[in-house]
Amino acid sequence: MARHVVAAVGEIPPGGRKLVTIRGREIGVFNLDGEFYALVNRCPHQGAALCTGVVVSRLEASLPGEYRLSQPGTMLRCPWHCWEFDIRTGQSWCDPNDIKARTYAVTVEPGEALAKGPFAAETVGVAVEHDYVVLTL
Amino acid sequence: MIPAGAIDCDLHPAVPNTRALLPYLDLYWREHVLRRGMERDNLEASAFPPAAPINARPDWQPETGLPGSSLPEMQAHLLNRLRPRAAICNVIHGAQMMMSEDLSAALCRAINNWLVAEWLDREPRLRASIVVPVHSPELAAEEIERRATDPRFIQVLLLAMTEMPLGRRMMWPVYRAAEKHGLPIGIHAGSSFRHPPSAGGWGSFYLEDYVSYAQGFAAALNSLLAEGVFQKFPDLRVVLIESGVTWLPASMWRINKTWRGVRAEVPWLDRLPSDILRERVRLTAQPFDAPPDAAALATLLEQLGSDDMLLFATDYPHWHYDGDEALPPGLPAALMQKILVDNPLATYPRLAMAATPMQEAHR
Repeated sequence: MARHVVAAVGEIPPGGRKLVTIRGREIGVFNLDGEFYALVNRCPHQGAALCTGVVVSRLEASLPGEYRLSQPGTMLRCPWHCWEFDIRTGQSWCDPNDIKARTYAVTVEPGEALAKGPFAAETVGVAVEHDYVVLTL
Repeated sequence: MIPAGAIDCDLHPAVPNTRALLPYLDLYWREHVLRRGMERDNLEASAFPPAAPINARPDWQPETGLPGSSLPEMQAHLLNRLRPRAAICNVIHGAQMMMSEDLSAALCRAINNWLVAEWLDREPRLRASIVVPVHSPELAAEEIERRATDPRFIQVLLLAMTEMPLGRRMMWPVYRAAEKHGLPIGIHAGSSFRHPPSAGGWGSFYLEDYVSYAQGFAAALNSLLAEGVFQKFPDLRVVLIESGVTWLPASMWRINKTWRGVRAEVPWLDRLPSDILRERVRLTAQPFDAPPDAAALATLLEQLGSDDMLLFATDYPHWHYDGDEALPPGLPAALMQKILVDNPLATYPRLAMAATPMQEAHR
């Protein structure tokens, strides 16, 4: 396991995402209202580039006609078959216990701390005055 | 061989002719029928040509009249032979599907009156489904309320293919009344012929119609699921009658697969459609459309995925089998017990009620 600086915090605005490649793996890093999450860019169903899908809300209804939009912007819809995944947990909506996208631990750390290492910075230069998104893989 | 004490979930008494209903119509509608000369027409549903082999087993063919129109014959052919604990009468008749909603309701009411007087009162093992005007949900709900006081009515009878898909909200008064009284909705094979039995248009041959009926059932289930009927009416059960069985696993697989991608369109479907169907839908096991060998049958039962779904039925007097082989060979003994007795009792709560009307049913 190593820690990878994948983006400066300001690079990924709320609702935004960045695709990175860490040790050969494509990973999507998402900013949900200031919290960062990371998912493998591979749908567990048939391997589509999951993290290029549309970010959507949870549409729910306890009864027909009683529509409720909840948790705006927390779901990722696969571009191939429209299966929905919770960006925060990788759980699929349709089969949350058995079908999950791989997630990775992400933290936000100040450049000052990162400058001391150890970390593996593939592409992102670190300045002590900024905060960075750090992914552990 | 079927042991005594089973519950036969599908028999078809036939209204012998429209004249037989005249005493059971109220005065207004009796005169209406006579003025129009409707008593000269049998008002049969005419789903099959009269000589189609399926209509009656050769040894259940009466000397005169329609197959299934005589109680003594039904007793001799079936009830005294298989000795079921209870047998459920499902009358299929043109009354259910007439264009005039009021005439349809009046004739359905007459059929239910006729069922009480000529069948239920004369044979204590018989139970019946409430015949309702399937295109008039409010009047159908009224008829359900009227019959619910008689515990020998244990189900509401609909057809698989009617004017609108069965899940549509227009139909909900029927489901509300049925759920209130612990009456499952029995969906019988058949069409009111507002649309072709095949969605592709009118076929030329009986063969096409008959085989297409399975798609009609699949469409009915898809509609009930998609419209959220199982969520709206959480205690409602549905029984597919004469639907065949073997098409269902493939149909469940297909709706599960598609639901995963488009479930946001029907957000009340918050779990696998097949899980909902296994919990809420039952099927009479005749016809079964069983595969020819036991291994294939075992695979199919595994795909069906529930021991609770199948209900024993003879489908008297229709011809799907000979002798007493009303169930496919090779069913495990424990499953047989469930199909013959346990599943019907769990499906029809009113079977456990005393067979005494709570008050005299309205005539």
